Amino acid sequence: MEVRQLPFPPGTYPVIVIGSGPGGLQVAYELARRGIGHAVLSADSGPGGMFRRWPFFQRLLSWTKPYAATERQSRAFERWDWNSLLAAEPELRGLQTEFMDGSSDFPSRPEMEASLAAFADRAGIMVRYGCRWESTRRDDTAAGPRFTLTTSDGEYVCEHLILAVGIAQPFSPATPGIEHAVHYADTRAAETYAGRRLFIIGKQNSGFELASGLLQWASRITLASPSPARTSIETRSLVGVRARYVQPFEDSALGGGVDILSASVSEISRVGNALRVDLKRSDNGMPVSLEADEVIAATGFTCPLLDLPALGVATFGQSRLPAQTSFWESATVPGVHFAGTITSGASGLKKHGIPSYSGAVQGHRYNGRVLVERLAEEHFGVARPRPALALGDLTDHVLAEATNGPELWHQKAYLASVVSVSPDDGIRDEGIVPLTHFLDTGGPDALAMTIEADGQGAIYPVAYVRRGGRVEEHALEPHPLNDFEGSIYRRQAGALLDLIAPGASAS
Amino acid sequence: MATRDEIADALAGMTLFADLAAPQLLGVASRFEEAFFAEGSRVLRQGLTGSAFYVILDGEAAIVVDGDQRATLGRGEFFGEVSILLGEPPTADVVALRPLRCVVLPGSAVEPFLIEHPRVTYRMLQAQSRRLRNANRARG
Repeated sequence: MEVRQLPFPPGTYPVIVIGSGPGGLQVAYELARRGIGHAVLSADSGPGGMFRRWPFFQRLLSWTKPYAATERQSRAFERWDWNSLLAAEPELRGLQTEFMDGSSDFPSRPEMEASLAAFADRAGIMVRYGCRWESTRRDDTAAGPRFTLTTSDGEYVCEHLILAVGIAQPFSPATPGIEHAVHYADTRAAETYAGRRLFIIGKQNSGFELASGLLQWASRITLASPSPARTSIETRSLVGVRARYVQPFEDSALGGGVDILSASVSEISRVGNALRVDLKRSDNGMPVSLEADEVIAATGFTCPLLDLPALGVATFGQSRLPAQTSFWESATVPGVHFAGTITSGASGLKKHGIPSYSGAVQGHRYNGRVLVERLAEEHFGVARPRPALALGDLTDHVLAEATNGPELWHQKAYLASVVSVSPDDGIRDEGIVPLTHFLDTGGPDALAMTIEADGQGAIYPVAYVRRGGRVEEHALEPHPLNDFEGSIYRRQAGALLDLIAPGASAS
Repeated sequence: MATRDEIADALAGMTLFADLAAPQLLGVASRFEEAFFAEGSRVLRQGLTGSAFYVILDGEAAIVVDGDQRATLGRGEFFGEVSILLGEPPTADVVALRPLRCVVLPGSAVEPFLIEHPRVTYRMLQAQSRRLRNANRARG
């Protein structure tokens, strides 16, 4: 009989990754490709992370457009595919398109799970499944910090710890009577809510996802949180309730059995067979009470960082995200890095209030790649490719990046495509760099190209030009079709490039 | 610091929000987001568009113009509002001198917020007037 050996037995590894969701799989792929010694541990029994369970109502909030006018195996296709992981090999790219049945551009939860499993399988990503991280010790050695992880399978020691454990621990506020509520994570099958009066605490996407899915079952649905709900259509970004979940808004506006309140819950109590919910209105503090059969706390999740805060990892916000450097390393404990949705703790500039898209696969997959590139260069002697560029190609290069670069489109005002110019090194394509890193560390004369949005509906390229260590921001015009390769842009970009590479505009 | 309730409690002790009752404070706390900045990191960047309004929960920050430190700010003090009210990029960097915790409101949300909360606006005007008076005294 063949006994299947589990990979990565307990021991010492240069890098340990925890998690086998999209974030863990992406960094595991990047580490393996660069030949960096590592182990990947996961408490789950297979790949897929949260997509093995959520969202309840079976479809994702992120789309893939299989028939976009770009070759599926090209880098440019990633702009039209929010769900596939990244790979150098063309045959591993755009995998989500294989797992869609044509009924929607939003893959179903099982389709997403299947695509991630196929990526892990075909890329040969090894994970030690069923291995639960339990506690952490930090020792400072002459060679730097060492982390010792106690797991259900034994002890692991590493120099660099990459946590890709998601924002997955249910969070409920300390409201009196909260024990009468169940968390979103424990929502039952939809039909069990038939004829029930449902009260949902929270007006984020998870609250509206439940409301949408239960419209046909519940007898009445009330959603409440202290501040007004906003939709992504109003914010013209991924901030707010996504367009897929707007039906409860319309029902509310038409008086159709859905109520959306701006109020805080002061107490939940049992009255006979029902629950009484006492609220205070946010606008005037007046009390409101109602009866419900079920209360669900769609109040979000926190990062399951176990004992890391006690080791000094600073966290912030309701999700207790770790504070991070531009390269997703703990801002307070060097050697602890993050991948996956947790990278939204590296907030970036949040220009015009628009956050990075690191909370979703289409954003954090790039963070994972840039993180491993950085780690490889700083600690493992694997240099990043920095191809030379000809002066005459510079304008075309930066405008093609602005028009097609998926990293720039998915991580607006967050990841930049950088070209540098120096006497020793000539003109170099520096690749994709976190914008805050470019802005806050000096370096040779350079231009960082980003795509940005102003929250009013405009999308436009922004060039940050660094000369003599000082950086200036130059916004280019928006284009109605988002095509930034025309003559107006050639003139604008050429003039900016002339500042660091005289003659660039002459081509 | 983490939850909305804890942020509301922290805001309750600040002059800027001193006139708000508890449910209003919870509403305010849920509109602002918490942010953390490691020592030495930049919070506001001179000349960059799209910035936000910050209120310090904990820590200390320096206002830096062209590399010169002009003033320091601590718990309960705020910054970023001038560039938002004028619609211009900040004319100074703000840098964390120690680990800094703030609550943040995006620039575009500041006008509706101030209109909805006139008592906060009044307190902000008082603080601005004090800064102006002190600047004039320093000059005189």
